[in-house]
Amino acid sequence: MNSLFEYLIRLGDDSLILGHRMSEWCGHGPILEEDIAMTNISLDLIGQATNLLKYAGEVEGKGRDEDELAFLRFDRDYKNVLLVEQPNGDFGMTMMRQFLFDAYRKPLFEALVNSSDEQLSAIAVKSLKETKYHLKHSAEWVIRLGDGTEESKQRVQESLDTIWRYTDELFFTDDIEKELLENGMSADLEEIKVAWMETVNQVLSEATLNIPDHGWQHDGGRRGMHSEHLGYILAELQYMQRAYPGMEW
Amino acid sequence: MVKKNKVWELLDQISDPEIPVLTIRDLGILRDVEITEEKVVVTITPTYSGCPAMTTIEDDISALFIKEGIQDFDINLVLSPAWTTDWMSEEGRVKLREYGIAPPENEIDKSVLFAEPPVISCPKCNSEDTRMVSQFGSTACKAHYQCNKCLEPFDYFKCLK
Ligand SMILES: [Zn+2]
Repeated sequence: MNSLFEYLIRLGDDSLILGHRMSEWCGHGPILEEDIAMTNISLDLIGQATNLLKYAGEVEGKGRDEDELAFLRFDRDYKNVLLVEQPNGDFGMTMMRQFLFDAYRKPLFEALVNSSDEQLSAIAVKSLKETKYHLKHSAEWVIRLGDGTEESKQRVQESLDTIWRYTDELFFTDDIEKELLENGMSADLEEIKVAWMETVNQVLSEATLNIPDHGWQHDGGRRGMHSEHLGYILAELQYMQRAYPGMEW
Repeated sequence: MVKKNKVWELLDQISDPEIPVLTIRDLGILRDVEITEEKVVVTITPTYSGCPAMTTIEDDISALFIKEGIQDFDINLVLSPAWTTDWMSEEGRVKLREYGIAPPENEIDKSVLFAEPPVISCPKCNSEDTRMVSQFGSTACKAHYQCNKCLEPFDYFKCLK
């Protein structure tokens, strides 16, 4: 197996699936400004996915391009974390999911800027600039909603309780991660976790929210074992290419 | 073979499809023109990762070259070095403002939560009494502002470094 290919697929699928989830808000945002903000973030994520999957296709060397990788794989071949495929829920749930992800993505891209792989580093430099905007946006909403009204606090706390069990997987480490770390290509997830935890603690405490104390954590996404939600996402995402193979517009 | 400065001149006809008042050179999207023995090589870079204008820009360059009789060319899309608003030309900033979009100002670190947004003067009445409505505007590269004095809503081309 080509480890760099697999690694790029993991990064690319996180962006692709979360980008798709955010795009589901198009026309449904609670206010116009947020509708626009979420679709902007979606566009950034899909742009990052395009860069990552395009490069994955080049690394693989089998002639697959970013579109083929995005639209024509089967569910077990998607390697995104379970967190990003979880349903949007209400606006607070979407912002909480985004915040927990952005708080991981920012230190990850900061580290990947120094990747020994030139193209991965270039993608990280570009993506980092966008991720900073995303984190600021999602963190501010988590604080507003948590330290907001009684109802907003209760609902966003429930969201946190529901998806907290998907956060450990962000730091899933296997032989692929270890091999690339030794080559200086990837990032040390233990260090990323420290940075993530710091941001999470800081923002959640300002938001007057509590980290749930249940210990159970899910994983499986990085190995292609997904929750049922991914199937529905793929049905929508892949419909056009499956129904009209090779179509362009 | 066609001359390099002639190609740069030609490319000044290509504008950004979302901000038609700016050429791709004004915006800093056009990075390089190279003339080899066989072909013309144009290098461009996207503003944001997901900038949907890039395909249109590539198509516009191709169409222009073919119309001008330049048959052999390549359009290279590079990510590195990453685009920054610092690459926008002085002329571009003036054109942007006249068009009604406030040009990028130097901003403090984006990661500061609830930081005061930068003071942006209204492109219509020049008042500095304006407010940020949303960090995200009509395209990825813009934020949405409103002037408190003349009430004009306007786009601010946000700083990206
Ligand atoms: Zn004004």
